[in-house]
Amino acid sequence: MPENIWNEHRGSLLALGAAIIALLFSTVIVPENEQAVVLRLGEPVRVINRFKPNQDYGQTGAGVSMRIPFFEQLTRIDKRVLSLDMQPQQVTSSDQRRLDVDAYARFRIIDPVRMVRTAGTTEKVQEQLQPIMNSVLRQELGKRTFQSMLTAERGQAMKNIREALDRQARQYGAQVIDVRIKRADLPAGTPLDSAFTRMQAEREQEASAIQAKGERDAQIIQAQAIAQAAQIYAESYGKDPGFYDFHRAMQSYETTFNDPNSKSGSTIILSPDNDYLRQFRGK
Amino acid sequence: MITISDWIARGAVLMAGRRSPWGGGDKEPDGDTSAGAGEPESGTEPPSPPEPKPGPRNPWLPPAGDQSPPRRSASIEDIFRQKGGKGGGGGGGFVPRMPRRPDGRSWTPLIAGGIAAVWLLVSTTHQLGSNEQGVVSTFGKYSHTIGSGVSFTLPWPMQTVDVEDVTMIRRFTIPEDEGEKLMLTSDRNLVDLSYLVRWNIKDLKLYKHRLENPEASVREVAEAAMRASVAEVPLNAVTGGTGRAAIEQEVRSRMQAVLDAYRSGVLIQGVDLKKTDPPAKVVSAFQKVLAAQQNAERDRNRAQAFAQQVVAKAQGDTANFDKVYEQYKLAPEVTRRRMYYETMERVLRNNDKVVVESNGVTPYLPLPELRRRAAAAPTEAPAGGGGQ
Repeated sequence: MPENIWNEHRGSLLALGAAIIALLFSTVIVPENEQAVVLRLGEPVRVINRFKPNQDYGQTGAGVSMRIPFFEQLTRIDKRVLSLDMQPQQVTSSDQRRLDVDAYARFRIIDPVRMVRTAGTTEKVQEQLQPIMNSVLRQELGKRTFQSMLTAERGQAMKNIREALDRQARQYGAQVIDVRIKRADLPAGTPLDSAFTRMQAEREQEASAIQAKGERDAQIIQAQAIAQAAQIYAESYGKDPGFYDFHRAMQSYETTFNDPNSKSGSTIILSPDNDYLRQFRGK
Repeated sequence: MITISDWIARGAVLMAGRRSPWGGGDKEPDGDTSAGAGEPESGTEPPSPPEPKPGPRNPWLPPAGDQSPPRRSASIEDIFRQKGGKGGGGGGGFVPRMPRRPDGRSWTPLIAGGIAAVWLLVSTTHQLGSNEQGVVSTFGKYSHTIGSGVSFTLPWPMQTVDVEDVTMIRRFTIPEDEGEKLMLTSDRNLVDLSYLVRWNIKDLKLYKHRLENPEASVREVAEAAMRASVAEVPLNAVTGGTGRAAIEQEVRSRMQAVLDAYRSGVLIQGVDLKKTDPPAKVVSAFQKVLAAQQNAERDRNRAQAFAQQVVAKAQGDTANFDKVYEQYKLAPEVTRRRMYYETMERVLRNNDKVVVESNGVTPYLPLPELRRRAAAAPTEAPAGGGGQ
């Protein structure tokens, strides 16, 4: 009966209970996705599961850790790669063209103690970094022409932006991994409208150019064919121009006077001197 | 973490209960109390203890009221009342009243045991489908990844399993709505793009732990990669057939490179451009270009046809001439006369003939038809000397 057990072993049961409670209060579980700063009476003393580059999961400090109950409190910080989204903003290029730029950055907390001291939470880090990112982006892209702003990935721009942002982020114990431009659009209004107008004009120009080119090609093709035909004729008929004249005349008469489709026959007035009638007189 | 604190809280309550003086040492069961415990079906009576005449317990009430809120003290009291009555209640002490087994013992231990068994079974065996993988964590620490089939782990909360479909191709379209999404090309033209990205998980461990929000990351990476790729090619390459394939390929490899740099555990299966249209505002101008292209093509085709015809005719004519000339060369005079007579025969046979004396105008054969036609059509000139 539990009552009997309780009565007989009251002391040891109480001790066991106290031990279990003490254990529960002094163990903490830190999952892989978090790193935890241990604050002893508000003072950071150590970090559990701190981010280390190239450390495989399962080899990290995640899992069960010990702490002194009540004296040590934990502040949990995301260990994963976090996102820093920027408000879309207008950037003016060095050739005075405007562009609406939207970018994002990826960062992670590599120095949780510093982060806890300077910002407190990752949300605050994001809040702090956002205006920095805006100004860094505007500065760096503003040095460039419109064209190189569009293809910022090709050059040094994105690298510079990342480095500049990273320098600032280190103050908050954060490391900026990557900065990328999500969108780079023409601002609505005049820039967009003039782009449309230009596109339209270009297309119309292209259309008339294509049309003219087509006509030119057609002429060339026809001329070449006529020339080729002339060459063929010349080669053949040139062998005997006299016979050609005769032969062609025969064909011509036939076509002109002996068309079976033509119902109205011609009336041919012949002189007896005609060569065809030479034998008429029986000479 | 919540679970642990839960347990702590629960343990503390139990402990407090055990330590409470009414636990085992109730020597004088109050009539009211024992009746309540003895009849399980008197359940309509709420287990609220502040009853009018709890005579013997009176002296203990004040400390209980001091240490904890009255409501809580009541429930604990109730638990132990019941426990004292049946004497066998194990862990199921939280259930106020239960029906009893035929031999008068409580169902509670059996139910508790059953729940424990189910809990062990459910939280230790995991059956995964052929397309699934699960990440096993021991107290939050990554332990191993399990594949399809049945796997065993330690029970919850020692080990937890996070199962995810890894072979399923996930897809999303940018933009999500059918709206116009204009992008700048290298020649500063705008193109209205929409595209589909297909991806799946290639490394579940990384996917689960590396990025805060992997799906949103894939999306953002796709947007950045597409923007960068389109900005490097002129408009005609984006809208043209071969250029599209090249862009799709480039965006895919760009995305994969970035996601690999994040070590995200994501594999990009493919990027498909769904729409590459000129902006709606200038679409008519683009149609003009299209029309011009078709017109030009039509002009060229006509010219080609004409050219073929002309050349073919030349070839036919000259072939005819060449054949005849071959024969003519063998006997020029005879051939010439023969051809002349034959042709004239055919020509004159089908036409009206008028033979006129050379120095006069008296027709040998003044046909009426001639006069009829004289007004309408001028007479043919004498076909003289054709063969000469």
